Amino acid sequence: MTEVKRNPIPVLRVRDLKIYYETPKGDVLAVDGVDFELFEGETLGLVGESGCGKSTTAMGILQLITPPGRIVDGEVLLEGHDLLKMPEESLRALRWLKLALIPQGAMNSLNPTMRVSDQIKDVIIAHEGRAAKKGIKERILELLSMVGLPGRVYDMYPHELSGGMKQRACIAMAIALNPTVIIADESTSALDVVVQRVVAQTMLKVKQMLGVSMIMIGHDMGLMAQMVDRIAVMYAGKIVEIAPVREMFRDPKHPYSQLLIESVPSLKERKPLKITEGITHDPRNPPPGCIFQLRCPFVMDRCRVEPPPMIEVKPGQQVACYLYEPTEDGSFAHVADVAGNP
Amino acid sequence: MGGITLGYFLRRLLIFVLTIWIAATIIWVIPRAAPGDPISAMVQRMISQGGYVENADKIIEGWKERFGLNDPLPVQYVRYLDNIVHFDFGYSLAYFPTSVNDIVGQALPWTVGLLLVAVVITFILGNFLGAVMVWRNTPRLIKLLIPIGLIFTSLPSILAAIFLIYIFAFLLKWFPLIGPYDIGTKPSLSLDFIGNVIYHGTLPALSIVLVSFGYWALGMRGMMITVEGEDYMQLARAKGLSPFYVLYRYMVRNAILPQVTAFAITLGTLVSGQILVEYVFSYQGMGTVIYNAILTQDFPVIQGTSFILILMTALAVLIIDLIYPLLDPRISYERG
Amino acid sequence: METTDSSRSSPAAVLVAPARVNKRMGRFNRWDTPWLNSKLIIGVAIISAILFVGIFGRLFWNTDLAFTGSSPLNLPPVGVTNTLTKQVGTWEHPFGTENSGRDMLALMILGAPNSFLVGVIAASIGMSVGIFLGFSAGFIGGRVDDVIRVFSDVTITIPALMVLIVIQSVLRQIDLTTMALLIALFAWPSPTRLIRSQVLTMRESGYVQMAKLSGASTFSIMFREIMPNLIPYLFASFIGNATGAILAAVGLETLGLGPQRVPTLGGTIYFALNSAALLRNMWWWWGLPTLLLAIMFIGLLLINLGLDEVANPRLRQSSQ
Repeated sequence: MTEVKRNPIPVLRVRDLKIYYETPKGDVLAVDGVDFELFEGETLGLVGESGCGKSTTAMGILQLITPPGRIVDGEVLLEGHDLLKMPEESLRALRWLKLALIPQGAMNSLNPTMRVSDQIKDVIIAHEGRAAKKGIKERILELLSMVGLPGRVYDMYPHELSGGMKQRACIAMAIALNPTVIIADESTSALDVVVQRVVAQTMLKVKQMLGVSMIMIGHDMGLMAQMVDRIAVMYAGKIVEIAPVREMFRDPKHPYSQLLIESVPSLKERKPLKITEGITHDPRNPPPGCIFQLRCPFVMDRCRVEPPPMIEVKPGQQVACYLYEPTEDGSFAHVADVAGNP
Repeated sequence: MGGITLGYFLRRLLIFVLTIWIAATIIWVIPRAAPGDPISAMVQRMISQGGYVENADKIIEGWKERFGLNDPLPVQYVRYLDNIVHFDFGYSLAYFPTSVNDIVGQALPWTVGLLLVAVVITFILGNFLGAVMVWRNTPRLIKLLIPIGLIFTSLPSILAAIFLIYIFAFLLKWFPLIGPYDIGTKPSLSLDFIGNVIYHGTLPALSIVLVSFGYWALGMRGMMITVEGEDYMQLARAKGLSPFYVLYRYMVRNAILPQVTAFAITLGTLVSGQILVEYVFSYQGMGTVIYNAILTQDFPVIQGTSFILILMTALAVLIIDLIYPLLDPRISYERG
Repeated sequence: METTDSSRSSPAAVLVAPARVNKRMGRFNRWDTPWLNSKLIIGVAIISAILFVGIFGRLFWNTDLAFTGSSPLNLPPVGVTNTLTKQVGTWEHPFGTENSGRDMLALMILGAPNSFLVGVIAASIGMSVGIFLGFSAGFIGGRVDDVIRVFSDVTITIPALMVLIVIQSVLRQIDLTTMALLIALFAWPSPTRLIRSQVLTMRESGYVQMAKLSGASTFSIMFREIMPNLIPYLFASFIGNATGAILAAVGLETLGLGPQRVPTLGGTIYFALNSAALLRNMWWWWGLPTLLLAIMFIGLLLINLGLDEVANPRLRQSSQ
């Protein structure tokens, strides 16, 4: 969790990813030019309110976008290979072996008519061939014990497991082939708070054991703070700020990040909620300029004209906001004031 | 674990017994609830026809006694149920010394055989086409062609039978017009005879397949679309399994379950359709027996054959219901 | 990526060509309703056409010709020669006549509405009973639900035709309405099951729960909140039931167990088969009623499929 520069090789690069959903009134720009890198061994958190495109980004990386959605433009480079240009056959061979998913809706993510072990088995055999059948039971039992599941789960059907157990089974499945990248898509959202923490700890433990790179998608800032190395904040299909987790919580730059972090409830004091819910503009037809202009307390004239570029304000901390243009010096203090001042 | 719980078993058994009882009661009650006295009217009709039947008096006497028309209704009803429980349907009026059971015994194997073949083909073909319609990897051309085949769905099988018999048997003469095998051949287990039976059975079976496979294809399509939207399908795709494996292990395996239940529900309609097809083809099964019995007003035969068919259908539904929990691991939890 | 991009429509193109996109989802003008479904429209058109001819045909054609001996025997349709009798068709009997001198056109005009009548009577009764029992089972639950479920499971298992054959063979002379009533005995389980399962699903859904919390009575919840959502299902179920009833009626008629005094399509087929019309190559005799019934069933099927797509938007989307 120290400096990002320790591991400069990105395993996954997403370049200008655009995913649109076709509707009768025009395309919804669900993901509109997302750029980021995932470094070896790190965990990147992708946060934002529901509908901001974070899950769509994950599905885009996994190449699981289904109509009416489609990937319009961009690159997803996994260890240098562009997944978008890859033929279906090679993509299939690479799935799970390099890129695994811990799904969103754990309740229904397992095939109800297959035993848990069979669902782990099929992915192993699909990628390692029939030869892997030897000793596969021991291997699966070991995977189950790694995520803290008892051996009897081996013979059970999904409906016989609790929500937390199902999610652990999904984690066991995700690490079965020791992938390069795991994407955890709101993996704990459907669980109650206690189970959520336990599952999150399991994920953390497994991650550290395997040294796998991970993208964690969620909206629980509190949980994120404990789990990830860097955080990317998404708003209306765009990443507005990326920063190491400490920086993000101590000194968020983008007005939206500030509102988001302000909204994390605190036990110590009660404070009025500043954030209003929902994306205000029509997602089919975003206004020109900054995507956040309609809700931004500091909106300036130029924000309505041209979208702000990503500006590196500190090493590893980038923000898309005109307030931090290198030429303008006074803006910084100005924003910091507002964050604590309704 | 996919086991059959005692409660489930008892519930299904209850439904089986109730089915038989209610069908038998309806058959008994309605003719008696109708204005006039249909039973004596029927006996009257038979007396008027009795002139040319050799032992007419004996038959009519036995018939009257059998119905015990002078006994109070509850007594008649209990005796009727008692006869049915013992599979005692009496004797045919048209072929007097022959018992109804003998007639049924000769016709039933043909009906069951034809029905089984037709139904198995229909179920497999229909579900296969329904699945293929939704599968992503199906060529577009095939997806466009299948709906054309569905035009026949919901036609009465008897209409299909008439069309087929006219085109393939009468005009083209590719298939025989009537009967389960060539007249003059002796039933045996020789290859020739079996081939002959298949040759004769093709058109009747085709009539049933043609009008009912679409029902399964449409049902399967709907289920496949539902399954396609399930979360586990997304995970299955992310896993990089082969498309064919995903199709049968994840999609079809889950989509087929409601189809099996639907199968139990439509069996009654299927049997009825088959009876009519047999009658059009003069197939040597229950349909032809029933038709001849209607022509000769052979009431014991009508009652016996119908009842046996109702019993068979209920039995088949019972068996399907008992097999179903083995297919769906969730069942013992949901239905208890 | 460029190629895939250009092959799909840009946002602007989508706005310019709404007609093409309309089918997929959402609605944005009053013509864009799921009820304007092509299958539904074609089906309704077919059935309306048959009904129209059935109802108004008798104003233009002497339907007394449907009775025995009113016309020459075994006359083929116009432009056709009877291969056995060498008779040639005339315009006096454009669709020909049958064995006992009945005019085929008159038979068709009188027969078609009779079939619909049976379907409508049986399906209406089945539907009413089904709505009552389905709502009772879904709302009251418990013992009531158990009993209704068992009885609908039982009734659905019975091959209705078999029971009807036995009853009709005893009753013999019956009229159209009695036959429809008997068929209705077996027409209630499927609407009952459908409504029960829909009520159970909707009862748990958010908006019905909200209505309950706001103190609405059970009755008003049933008719204000649940009924409107059930309408496409009810229509589909009604059509399915009517189809089933007509099917049963045709089955009985072709076995010679239908009404004897009124002309029916199934009854015409029965006489044709019984008089070896197939072997005598009098195809018009069995062919016309068969064809008319086939068109009728295809029309009903199309309506049913259309209603299915109205009720279930998912089917619509993937049928594009």
